[in-house]
Amino acid sequence: MKAIVCVKQVPDTSGVVAVKEDGTMDRAAMATITNHDDLAAVEAALRIKDATGCKVVVVSMGPPPAEGMLRELLAMGCDEAVLVSAREFGGSDTYATSQILAAAIKKIGVDDDDIVFCGRQAIDGDTAQVGPQIAEKLGMPQVSYVAEINVDGKAVTVKRLLEDGYMTIKVQTPCLLTCVKELNDARYMSVGGIMECYQKPLEVYNYETLKDDPLIDVTTIGLKGSPTNVYKSFSPPVKGAGMMMEGADKATVEKLVSILNDKHII
Amino acid sequence: MAFNSSDTAAFKGVWVFCEQREGVIMSTSYQLLSEGRKLANDLGVELCGVVLGKDIKEEYLKALGGYGADKVYYCNHELLDVYTTDAYTKVICDLVEDKKPEIFLIGATNIGRDLGPRCAARLHTGLTADCTHLDVDVAKYKEFLKTTSTIDVDNTVFEENTNLKMTRPAFGGHLMATIICPRFRPQMSTVRPGVMQTQPYDEAGAAKTVIENVNVALSKDDIHVDVIEVKKAAKKLVDLIGADVVVSVGRGISKDVEGGIKLAEELAGVLGGVVGSSRACVDAGWIGADHQVGQTGKTVHPRIYVALGISGAIQHLAGMQDSECIIAVNKNESAPIFDVASYGIVGDLYKVTPMLIEAIRAAKAAK
Repeated sequence: MKAIVCVKQVPDTSGVVAVKEDGTMDRAAMATITNHDDLAAVEAALRIKDATGCKVVVVSMGPPPAEGMLRELLAMGCDEAVLVSAREFGGSDTYATSQILAAAIKKIGVDDDDIVFCGRQAIDGDTAQVGPQIAEKLGMPQVSYVAEINVDGKAVTVKRLLEDGYMTIKVQTPCLLTCVKELNDARYMSVGGIMECYQKPLEVYNYETLKDDPLIDVTTIGLKGSPTNVYKSFSPPVKGAGMMMEGADKATVEKLVSILNDKHII
Repeated sequence: MAFNSSDTAAFKGVWVFCEQREGVIMSTSYQLLSEGRKLANDLGVELCGVVLGKDIKEEYLKALGGYGADKVYYCNHELLDVYTTDAYTKVICDLVEDKKPEIFLIGATNIGRDLGPRCAARLHTGLTADCTHLDVDVAKYKEFLKTTSTIDVDNTVFEENTNLKMTRPAFGGHLMATIICPRFRPQMSTVRPGVMQTQPYDEAGAAKTVIENVNVALSKDDIHVDVIEVKKAAKKLVDLIGADVVVSVGRGISKDVEGGIKLAEELAGVLGGVVGSSRACVDAGWIGADHQVGQTGKTVHPRIYVALGISGAIQHLAGMQDSECIIAVNKNESAPIFDVASYGIVGDLYKVTPMLIEAIRAAKAAK
């Protein structure tokens, strides 16, 4: 048995956000982090490794600097890493990305008792689409929004979050689970792990590596193969300044309430 | 003939997936039908609701017409009672391949966000997640941009077409992107619950609804998961989206979390509203995730939104900035929340809020 975990390096949108003059995000100027939900997926896989001794392979599609993130995940305890990186893959939307990642996962090899993990969604796009789309391309069952996992041989029982509760779902391996960050608290890299992480295998899959897979067709990958395109992108305008009240005492509050009252807001 | 998603001319009509849980249609469906009606009118085509379930009451199906549907495709099957990705994807894809709609809208619920991508991947078409605005008409899209963007609309060239223009926040709301899917059909979009406005219910429309029973080809072998149980949260969840007034707390309550939440509850009580929260408080475990307003939480546009100790990270603003009247209390005068606030008070929420509660009580008592 092994666990294959899809991870994404994302700009830290909670920190300083750099926007270029043309209105697009200046990724190069922003700090990068491992996507939160993906870290929960890595931790979930490592906990299964702790219990069963299974192998954990992390796979990420992105530019070459994503190797740094993969080394960190190896230092956390993952066994092998695959970086999927090629110019031909650039500009892919979720459909195209899932084709490429599915091809990469097939190349890694999916056995009967394997589980593929993804984060629920990435904080840069918030789409939550790539996980289910990989599952479809691999022809395996999926469960998304997973907040609890129990593995018993080939049977996997999970708790799947709904807005107002949850579903308990049983699924057989091989399957794909997308994890929410509430699933666990990810461990830190260990000192030993940091020492070892450069000795662990990290393979790069480029276009050549994957091109024989039927999923890798120039008409369905990259910017040109993506079904969706950006029509326009724009920055929301700053809302017209409201009224800043002077002071913060009783008189201020009473003045505010009288304005609200006069305008029939309260 | 085999299904070909790139034969765009063969696709016609606007569809809305009308999600049901426990046999009841979710309110998101009415929002989507109201929006779908406008798109269908602009295109001069039919609007259809798609319902998957088991023994759904006919009055519920008819009601979809009251929100704009001309027709309802009703897929009635024992195995569609409770949602499974496999069953729903199969039935929907079969129906899409048969009827070929040009636009297919799905509510971005925890179910819709599981179903949408799986269907789009199977149909080989594009899907845009969590849309907050939809247009087919370029002139209407330009009007939309005039009020919501910094683009100089009159001096910008727009390609004239009737592709669905799907606008969504990106990068946690720092940017807005309008996405199109020009080469494939259906053009699929998940739409954030609470964003589109439900139009008034139309009795005559409901009476005219055509219900078409779909022949469902589905067996147990099509489904590769077992749903063992569906459990509702024991605690009653807060209805942020339907609330008239939301009083939200942020990191500013860290000094005294319990006290801060209590003040928010009291103020919400006086104003007849509910308590919301920024992501920081949810992440810190101070309040349940059902209270979260923002990009990863809920989008609200109440009549009054009070932000107590919320700095106004863009993720939060994305979920509340369309509120009619925003009142912000924050110690830091340069907090971005003041950029969107209708009224701002720079001060300590623990001091200001009790005075606010008292003053509002007095004002109400005087009426």
